Amino acid sequence: MPLSTQSQDDNDEQYILVASLDNARNLSNILKAIAFKDHAIFTATPNGLKVTVEDSKCLQANAFIQVEIFQEFTIKEDLVGFQVNLTVLLDCLNIFGGSTAPGLSTALRMCYRGYGYPLTLFLEEGGVVTVCKINTQEPEEPIDFDFCSSNVINKVILQSESLKEAFSELDMTSEVLQITMSPSQPYFRLSTFGNSGNAHYDYSKDSDMMELFKCTTTQTNRYKMLLLKPTTKALALSCKVSVRTDSRGFLSLQYMVRNDDGQICFVEYYCCPDEEVEEE
Amino acid sequence: MKFRGKIIDIACLNHFSRVVTTIAKLTKTCVLRLTPDNLFFVLSGKVANGGVSMWCELSQGNFFDEYQMEGVSSEDNEICLELSPENLSRALKTVQNAKSVKVKLTKKHCPCVTVSAELPTLSSVSRVVTHDVPVEVIPRRLWHELKEPSVPDFHVSIYLPPLKTMKNVVDRMKNLSNFLVVEANLNGEMNLKIETDLVSVTTHFKDLGNPPWGGGSEGGADPEGMAEARVDIRRLQQFLMGQQVTPTKAMCNIVHQRILHLVVLHDDASLQYFIPAVA
Repeated sequence: MPLSTQSQDDNDEQYILVASLDNARNLSNILKAIAFKDHAIFTATPNGLKVTVEDSKCLQANAFIQVEIFQEFTIKEDLVGFQVNLTVLLDCLNIFGGSTAPGLSTALRMCYRGYGYPLTLFLEEGGVVTVCKINTQEPEEPIDFDFCSSNVINKVILQSESLKEAFSELDMTSEVLQITMSPSQPYFRLSTFGNSGNAHYDYSKDSDMMELFKCTTTQTNRYKMLLLKPTTKALALSCKVSVRTDSRGFLSLQYMVRNDDGQICFVEYYCCPDEEVEEE
Repeated sequence: MKFRGKIIDIACLNHFSRVVTTIAKLTKTCVLRLTPDNLFFVLSGKVANGGVSMWCELSQGNFFDEYQMEGVSSEDNEICLELSPENLSRALKTVQNAKSVKVKLTKKHCPCVTVSAELPTLSSVSRVVTHDVPVEVIPRRLWHELKEPSVPDFHVSIYLPPLKTMKNVVDRMKNLSNFLVVEANLNGEMNLKIETDLVSVTTHFKDLGNPPWGGGSEGGADPEGMAEARVDIRRLQQFLMGQQVTPTKAMCNIVHQRILHLVVLHDDASLQYFIPAVA
């Protein structure tokens, strides 16, 4: 571990959180999937790291990097929380260019001393070491969307490939994306209402792309296109996606992301519905 | 005043084109100075271009198969032309597969450097493409501004790390800050640092080696002692962006809190770039 040559290591004692990765891309990639606002709330527990980004109190994204992903993960408290600027963090993580070439990866050691201290990153690639000190802020309380699996009404799991296709063809002039989920026709439908007319994108429930189809009640909800747009970043990286709605029409999108080493991480988005649609 | 040169060798043509492209990345306008043995691309430090200056020297024999020139007079056997290297670069890029390229000074609607290329053809009719790059002839009385900058009395001289690595780091730092501190010592260590309200980042390079002529003119200087220069990060980025070929040698000299002097040596060309330090 080249970073262990750092003299700072002598003072490891002083840190309440130390996390190391042999490949910094395993963190930076997943953070890119939620990088739509500057402020990111970091919550570390003995289970790993959760990073939360929110927009307009209507959209929340969470990236989970579980403890197994890290080569080292030492936490001295049950819960460590702080807030940093995500754009700055991503620039720091990619300081060596974020090369994808095999055999050339950036090693990372991330340390935090506690309230009021900066988040310190030691990055090393090819014998060159970069030290970043990112100032931390008071962590805000993430919004509780109160999305319970017991309240879930409809759920489908799709191969991301098929949803990517749909999203790339969506009419972005539409203000909303309408999602219909139903135990009968049209099963799972994405609709837009744009300048050039209405469009529907239907998935049959027997499609190869549909891994799981569990819809109990017909439900139609609209979500602001502007809010959903950032979710495409996660979609692009993912291999599977689970789409769920609860009784209030809240949308949960869970993305399964496979990293360079074949490990699985999850990114989840919650989105409020735009308005109630009258059921006929 | 006369100048004409001819390049036949395609490798020479590519190389010349690359040099001009590098220059074009560094500056919008510069002076092309022609002497019987050399071509120079010169930018003298003016406030308008952020105080940076550049000196690029090419030996004509390494590029041109034919080279004839006649300066303003026999005692001042030189020609100085102001031009846009971007225009010249574009002209050269479009004739990359030419059988031969002639470069000459012409008088058309205005003075021009005319690049005419004979392109390969399948029929017996030859195809010639001509580009006229407008230039401005610099009068004799302004030549004193175009002398080779004297190598400053630097405190530290050090070899640069691989330019690609340095470029990656500087590119990211540019996203975070407008200014960057370069510091180095005579122990082969160089640091790139930025500091803002949000973040401080330091990249440490070591074992870079120091050129034999040393530095630290006031002998017995502390090898660990750092000389530093705080520079406009865009200037450094421009310099790194332009380097298309791995040079034989790349180094930098620092005059503490005054100048960052970057030197890139190729077999047949050399480039010096001066970035003034800011407070």
